[in-house]
Amino acid sequence: MNRFAALLDRLAYEPRRNGKIRLIADYFRHTPDPERGWALAALTGALSFRNAKPGLIRQLIGERTDPVLFALSYDYVGDLSETVALMWPAPPLASLPPSPNPLPHGERALDVEQPAPSPPRGEGWGEGDGAAAQRARDLPLSAIVHAFTHMGRAEMPATLAALLDRLDETGRWALLKLITGGLRIGVSARLAKTAVAALGEHAPDAIELVWPGLAPPYEELFAWAEGRGPKPETEDPAPFRPVMLSHPLEEADVDKLDPAAFRAEWKWDGIRVQAARAAGPDGRHVTRLYSRTGEDISGAFPDLAEALAFDGVVDGELLILREGRVQSFNVLQQRLNRKTVSAKLMLEFPAHIRAYDVLVAAGEDLREQPFEARRARLEALISAHPTEGRLDLSPLVPFPSWDDLAAARADPAAHGAGADAEAVEGVMLKRADSAYLPGRPKGPWWKWKRDPHSVDAVLMYAQRGHGKRSSYYSDYTFGVWTEAGELVPVGKAYFGFTDAELIEIDRFVRRHTVNRFGPVREVVHTPTEGLVVEVAFEGLARSTRHRSGLAMRFPRIARLRWDKPPLEADRLETLEKMIGDESHAPRRPTAVLGKQRSPAGEM
Amino acid sequence: MRPEELLHTTPQGLYSPAGDFFIDPTRPVARALITHGHSDHARAGHGSVLATQQTLDIMAIRYGEAFAGTVQAADYGARIEVNGGGVTFHPAGHILGSAQIALEWRGCTIVASGDYKPGADPTALPFAPVPCHVFISEATFGLPVFRHPAPAIEIAKLMESLALFPERAHLVGAYALGKAQRVMALLRAAGHDRPILLHGAMEKLTDYYRTQGIDLGETRPARDASPAERAGAVVLCPPGALADVWSRRFPDPVTAFASGWMRIRARARQNGVELPLILSDHADWDELQVAIRATGCEELWVTHGQEDALVHWATQEGLRARPLHMVGYGEEEGEAAAPDAPAPDAPAAPEVAP
Repeated sequence: MNRFAALLDRLAYEPRRNGKIRLIADYFRHTPDPERGWALAALTGALSFRNAKPGLIRQLIGERTDPVLFALSYDYVGDLSETVALMWPAPPLASLPPSPNPLPHGERALDVEQPAPSPPRGEGWGEGDGAAAQRARDLPLSAIVHAFTHMGRAEMPATLAALLDRLDETGRWALLKLITGGLRIGVSARLAKTAVAALGEHAPDAIELVWPGLAPPYEELFAWAEGRGPKPETEDPAPFRPVMLSHPLEEADVDKLDPAAFRAEWKWDGIRVQAARAAGPDGRHVTRLYSRTGEDISGAFPDLAEALAFDGVVDGELLILREGRVQSFNVLQQRLNRKTVSAKLMLEFPAHIRAYDVLVAAGEDLREQPFEARRARLEALISAHPTEGRLDLSPLVPFPSWDDLAAARADPAAHGAGADAEAVEGVMLKRADSAYLPGRPKGPWWKWKRDPHSVDAVLMYAQRGHGKRSSYYSDYTFGVWTEAGELVPVGKAYFGFTDAELIEIDRFVRRHTVNRFGPVREVVHTPTEGLVVEVAFEGLARSTRHRSGLAMRFPRIARLRWDKPPLEADRLETLEKMIGDESHAPRRPTAVLGKQRSPAGEM
Repeated sequence: MRPEELLHTTPQGLYSPAGDFFIDPTRPVARALITHGHSDHARAGHGSVLATQQTLDIMAIRYGEAFAGTVQAADYGARIEVNGGGVTFHPAGHILGSAQIALEWRGCTIVASGDYKPGADPTALPFAPVPCHVFISEATFGLPVFRHPAPAIEIAKLMESLALFPERAHLVGAYALGKAQRVMALLRAAGHDRPILLHGAMEKLTDYYRTQGIDLGETRPARDASPAERAGAVVLCPPGALADVWSRRFPDPVTAFASGWMRIRARARQNGVELPLILSDHADWDELQVAIRATGCEELWVTHGQEDALVHWATQEGLRARPLHMVGYGEEEGEAAAPDAPAPDAPAAPEVAP
């Protein structure tokens, strides 16, 4: 665990994707089975630890440390898990045996008595020699997983304390973050699988294809990845197939594309779903619904799963339909993030799949076939299985030219989407000759969303970036004017500008700094002096966390307005109007614009 | 005599009425005793300065030969008579030439320890506890969250990263006096034998360490290094240079920072550090306690840092303890890892991009 914790620690600081892959692959190379398999499970989110409440962690540290010192430390560090990991009393130095694992304190020049095993002060200092000896050995991750899988609620405090006794500072931090669900190291399941691929000759997509049906500690996967074993086979009749994702289309890309090579569909504002149905070894059909990340969400949608009658794998959008009309995402949300569902809820919020692709039909894998051929198979499959109106076809949107498609995207209601137009968030473009590829290949599929919103705001603070940008001020906090004539921050953006623009902004920040707060610089922002930036964003929500009362979704710097004096930047009331204004919020009738993230995945 | 008659605080720093001198004064005074060469303790412009020869040498390198009216070198362990009392310098283990200063007047002994560390350091004489009535301690890392790992563990992190990213320069932010040379010595001890590239601000002091018999291996000015020499090299620079335009000459570097502050994740992240190295020249929480106990003192005065926690601990230990609330110390080394950098009133990115 200490080695895995050291990896997590490095990953938490490493901003580069390639750097992360190298770190993980290096760990896999130097860590034996099954330890590395449990690590892979933790990185891909396949492990679910029984959650420990912060209250329990406070209780454990309270029993072991002076309350004044804990309060001062927590106040200084600002993070409970980290404070506890650092403060957790270590075994007395004198009683530690020599060990291959480096201990927190090495040799010392000071030849004085070390803290005695039983000091006058009661709490927190003593620990038996047995525990100290145990601490010198590393604790396997599998032992931690085993402990958390098999213990009862009452055993939690003692089990957790015993584990913490055996780990070093980083190990304790990682364990506490894992079990409180607060581990944020910027590693996706895809990235971890890419690191597995880096062990040998296989492509990351090949790992994705065998992944479904595998379980920790993945020994057969590592054997195959390292060229030592056969390709793992899944025994699940209806496994998840990795989904194909699209790239956002920029206006500048459009002219380079040939409209005749593409087909267009509406981009529905629901959640991506994969429905897989096939006969098992006993001849009975198994039906599963997966989120786009492969999470099995069938349990939350039994009404839908039971209605499906085809044999194959269909890709589509999960929506709520009432009287044939697609409901808003807010309505759909009532059914998300549930493990089970009541009959009342199913009646009130009937789930539906609007299908746009087929990956497997009657046992035949169609993923290598071009989109057009798959489309024909999909149409045939749906017309052969009416499915009580639970499954229908997402229509194609005909367009002779990009201008025509732009018109359809701007006004879906008048271009075939009819009453469902409010659930359309743009159009999807798919090359007619494209195979169904896992991941996010660039070129075959594009999403072309409806125009984002934008405001002119004033740059207020800038912070240095990471990696290649570590000497550049590349993270920007910007604000708009209040009625009182003050600037109030409304968001933070760290992309959208070109490299040349980054250099210009960096120069501006360095020359116009009025205040420094650690790595953050405050730049001049008066009515006459400052930099106006055009900020594009996808949505706005009310937020009590921010002084402006607003939170922006997906903000980015669209343009630098060197020409514009700060006084002419937008006002807070303009943004507030956008929240209230239906014309800006056609897809979100309530106060919320933009999609909420959910574990079930987003589009 | 009461300890306060021997030493008390003034706006200029610690002052001894009995001996009529200051210790590490923050403004120019007539007579100054200097514990070590860091600029928050050793300032130019005093009338006369008493310090170890190495501290005097370092001050001359940094401020020029005329940094004080007159200077006198103090040997470790040699008692110097001043106005009827005794002043003795003892090793503090902080950096080259660093000293604790023991004052003895009419049976009362006070030790002003300056900055100190009991841990091993190949570039400084080891800390020696001095029996005293009053011990004056800093508390830079005076919280139980600060337990410095063994230096070898931290250097191993750097060595592992060099092996994993052999094409990238590793920029290590380290304070130019003391920390930089200690990092070099630790790297050599770990078997790193490539030339180490230095920021211009470190060259003179590093050369001085060599004249004192400390082997730091081959170093070269970073500005003269070819792109091939920069790839996979360790480059030492002052912490401020990590984010400076200076660092742009290294394409895609790994940014490391050697400091005790790196123990706290938020501090490391605030500084844009990708490879935090927890390496400190100050005593950690356990070492503060061990050092204070080893002096056998009855009373503890705490100069700067996390005074509250250390005073709380000492009181529970049965010592008389009080903070001196001294300002002006801990600034030079803390510069890039400003311990109390307030975040501006700026909203965090409300949501992750899809």
